[in-house]
Amino acid sequence: MRFMLFIHPGLPSSTEENSIPSREAIEAMSRYNRQLHEAGVLLDVNGLHSPNEAVRISFHVGKPQVVDGPFAETKELVGGYWIIDVKTKAEAIEWAKRCPIDAEGPMIEVRRIFEISDFPPELREAVWLG
Amino acid sequence: MTPADAARAPIEAVWRIESPRLIAALARMVRDVGLAEELAQDAFVAALEQWPADGVPDRPGAWLMQAAKRRAIDQLRRAERLRRKQEVVGRDAEAAEELAAADFEAALTEEIRDSLLRLVFTACHPVLAPEARVALTLRLLCGLTTEEIARAFLVPAATMAQRIVRAKRTLAEARVPFEVPSGTDLAPRLGAVLAVVYLVFNEGYAASKGERWMRPELVNDALRLGRMLAELAPDEAEVHGLVALMELHASRMPARVGAGGEPVLLLDQDRARWDRLLIRRGLAALDRAQALAGPLGPYALQAAIAACHARARRPEDTDWARIAALYDALAQVAPSPVVELNRAMAVGMAFGPAAGLELIDQLVDEPALRAYPHLPAARADLLAKLGRRLEAVAELERAAGVSQNGRERALLQKRAAALQD
Repeated sequence: MRFMLFIHPGLPSSTEENSIPSREAIEAMSRYNRQLHEAGVLLDVNGLHSPNEAVRISFHVGKPQVVDGPFAETKELVGGYWIIDVKTKAEAIEWAKRCPIDAEGPMIEVRRIFEISDFPPELREAVWLG
Repeated sequence: MTPADAARAPIEAVWRIESPRLIAALARMVRDVGLAEELAQDAFVAALEQWPADGVPDRPGAWLMQAAKRRAIDQLRRAERLRRKQEVVGRDAEAAEELAAADFEAALTEEIRDSLLRLVFTACHPVLAPEARVALTLRLLCGLTTEEIARAFLVPAATMAQRIVRAKRTLAEARVPFEVPSGTDLAPRLGAVLAVVYLVFNEGYAASKGERWMRPELVNDALRLGRMLAELAPDEAEVHGLVALMELHASRMPARVGAGGEPVLLLDQDRARWDRLLIRRGLAALDRAQALAGPLGPYALQAAIAACHARARRPEDTDWARIAALYDALAQVAPSPVVELNRAMAVGMAFGPAAGLELIDQLVDEPALRAYPHLPAARADLLAKLGRRLEAVAELERAAGVSQNGRERALLQKRAAALQD
């Protein structure tokens, strides 16, 4: 089963500093990515630019409304994601626990990805994936 | 989930992640895969006893390794004392203690990588029967339990346990060295390893037994193994070829079963359901295979064929002439009646059903294809296109008669009935 691991860096709200991490942090994360890759579980991984550049499109009674960042509540902003393919949810959690985070505040959220078989049979034909 | 299951799940997850390199490192130390597996298993049992009470340690892999190494060193000391009595000098125990000092969790060192590769080659050693290679590989390299492997292959757990015990004994009795083959041995031995992975994949992708058409667990195990192997042996084009083939075939899985669990054939599949992520990975693996020197091997060629389908957004966009040419190349490097059959089908699509039928008709007396439902099914397809419906129906009935899979049989019967309307 596939899981998406979202990392929420939990940055302070008005962070002006460059969001490029340090060499040490990049190297540690690369080692981690390599481990996932070498174990044959990593399908995809990407990091996201600073939430300062983020834009939100919120919907009010079906009408889109564009709101530019930065946003006040930054705790839950996503900083990157991994897609992994593992045998159990417990394994996804175990991999998430191994993420080299050396700071106070970051959080990883583990979410299972929908598979076609999760839809009831009568809805499957309506699913278009690309 | 019972509380006991809930306590077990995280420990089993650690086991799944750690056991391959744990067993590999131990096997390098004790030079006996069976013993290494037992030592690792003992450490796992110790974890199952201690962790629920004490909590999972911060570095669970290192904990398991320490526990297993202590037992290994005891074993080696005992063995050495015995040997000294027989006045034979052994240095294994010293080497083992040296190894025990090394940091186990410091990513994948060259040594662990090499140990894993040795483990792969040992588990797939030709002294073992193919089914024993499969069982041992899933056990040692995928961290599957005997029960899981038994369930996957629809045999009783006791039978599978026997198979694994016997396989380990065979390796010990044949004194199979724990090493990576070199020189002229390498190519055939690598071929044996890839064959095991592909066998696992195919048993999941097109189940030969049982009522279910696919068993995705096995497909995923094979993919994981293949991806792992691609990192252990990155210079081997055929490893990437096999990974590409598996990723591309697996990308079609969401479209291969209908709402009622029945199989849906390639050209009838809803391509919007194909898994784009796996297609992208498959094409990238194929690029890696093609970037390495040398002519394409059988797996890379089959992957190149699968890539032709993956690239076609609609069935009518398929480059059948290229597929026919690729089958031609495949028939040169890996001649087989099944390849000839597929080549005939591609020729039928590229150059008309009469041209395909001409090739297929040369295969009907082929003994290897006598119980192969795809031959009459393919022939039926071409006959139907040529308007020879009655002959087509007879061929489909013949195909249904030799099919071993309930789902496949039902599909063939349905096609026969549709032609009779």
